[in-house]
Amino acid sequence: MKCDNCNKAATVHLTEIKNGKKIEKHLCEQCAAQNEGVPIKSHTPINELLTNFVMAHSGLQKELGVTCDQCGITWAEFRQSGLLGCSHDYDQFEKDLTPLLQRAHEGANHHTGKVPTRTGASGVPRKRKTVDVSKLKKELTGALEAEDYERAAKLRDAIKQAENG
Amino acid sequence: MKLSDLTNHAGEWLRGSGPQSEIVISSRIRLARNVSGVPFLTRATRPQRQVLEARVRDILLGAQVSPQTLYVDLEHAPEIDRQLLVERHLISKQHAAAEGARGVAIGENETLSIMINEEDHLRIQVLRSGLQLEQAWDQINAIDDALEAKLDFAFHSRFGYLTACPTNVGTGIRVSVMLHLPALKLTGEIEKVFRAAKDLKLAVRGLYGEGTEATGDFYQISNQTTLGKSEEEIISEFRLVVIPKIIEYEYHARKALINDHTIALDDKVGRALGLLRSARLMASEETLFLLSHLRMGVNMGRVKDIDIRTINELFLLTQPAHLQKISGKKLEGDVRRAARADYIRQRLNGN
Repeated sequence: MKCDNCNKAATVHLTEIKNGKKIEKHLCEQCAAQNEGVPIKSHTPINELLTNFVMAHSGLQKELGVTCDQCGITWAEFRQSGLLGCSHDYDQFEKDLTPLLQRAHEGANHHTGKVPTRTGASGVPRKRKTVDVSKLKKELTGALEAEDYERAAKLRDAIKQAENG
Repeated sequence: MKLSDLTNHAGEWLRGSGPQSEIVISSRIRLARNVSGVPFLTRATRPQRQVLEARVRDILLGAQVSPQTLYVDLEHAPEIDRQLLVERHLISKQHAAAEGARGVAIGENETLSIMINEEDHLRIQVLRSGLQLEQAWDQINAIDDALEAKLDFAFHSRFGYLTACPTNVGTGIRVSVMLHLPALKLTGEIEKVFRAAKDLKLAVRGLYGEGTEATGDFYQISNQTTLGKSEEEIISEFRLVVIPKIIEYEYHARKALINDHTIALDDKVGRALGLLRSARLMASEETLFLLSHLRMGVNMGRVKDIDIRTINELFLLTQPAHLQKISGKKLEGDVRRAARADYIRQRLNGN
């Protein structure tokens, strides 16, 4: 069915009764919002709908108790949006975040790699030798066995570089 | 430099000149950074957001980070300009569609773009043609150092660089390699790549990253793990293991097509070329699909009179915002499809 106003598909169907007469209108979302003032929040993600529903009908409200004292976000709000509110949340929710991080990052829960010189100055081991040489050597053996000499040569260079670096 | 200067040519990453460029379209690295002491964007107030945008913009335009930077204020930019930047992979779809104070700084021949107030305060991106991950890392690392001299980034002794979404925490790095894999698609073996990528905890996405479908046989492979592995480890894994393997599979599939299905292959390529050279109305999805087959034909030596660079440019310049910028007017529906078909015919027949 097409919108009464334009050629887009009609997805909003209104029935009005005026002076005992029934008037039907078929509109697309834009026209409905513009002409009728019908607020359409399209595409509410299904997980948001479900979360709202489950939250409203279960004892989960209790969890709302954990709140960041700096940005005010609750653990439940974070779980719903997937986004944290400030850097302090990583400390505030550390216990709850750790298993989540491990799931997302192949079991890891400690940073390795670049450290900013000023803000990261203390508490972190400086950059360790970053290329896993034993892994590369294993790959080199594999490449040689497969007679893939081009790749073997590249791996050899990478190992040399890592060992000298 | 003005935004309109960008439209008539492709960015460095589409020149088609980098290493392994037959299969590897581009190498991209992005770093997520947040400024210490300012809430993440979900919790930042309007003034906080505005102040941050102005502060970072001033630093970026201060020339010490990167010379000749073009800054686009996305809050006030017209929709078509934002769409143009998405088509050029200089901003994300989300950044184009968002609201409030935000912007992007573009520099170094479009290989560098720095988004302000996207999901994180800063999203630094380097995008280069072909397989150039090491060069991309050197470039972005230097930019990150230059920024760090002016800004305190939120950093945690245990969790590393802090990001709004915990899936980016640690290095904050996302390495993405865009691959053109038409033969694996045609031979039905692309599923194997997906499975292997999944085993290696890598994501496979479409042309425009998160939430987009793979169209025109383009696949973007990216890391998902950002914590517990250093930047160099993640990059070497891509450079030495993952990408060479996929390239090898694709070449293998191409060889199989030439040896066992020569006529079917030439038919696909010939049909693509025939349609592109003759059609009068061309939709953007069909264009991607046909250009993909033509690109494969040129790379496999089945079509000799067309330059790969022309095809790479057509991928970009036939997209809606580019097409409208080139023709200098708003185009919709059949008018746009006709303009697209005209432009393609002109480029392919005049070649």
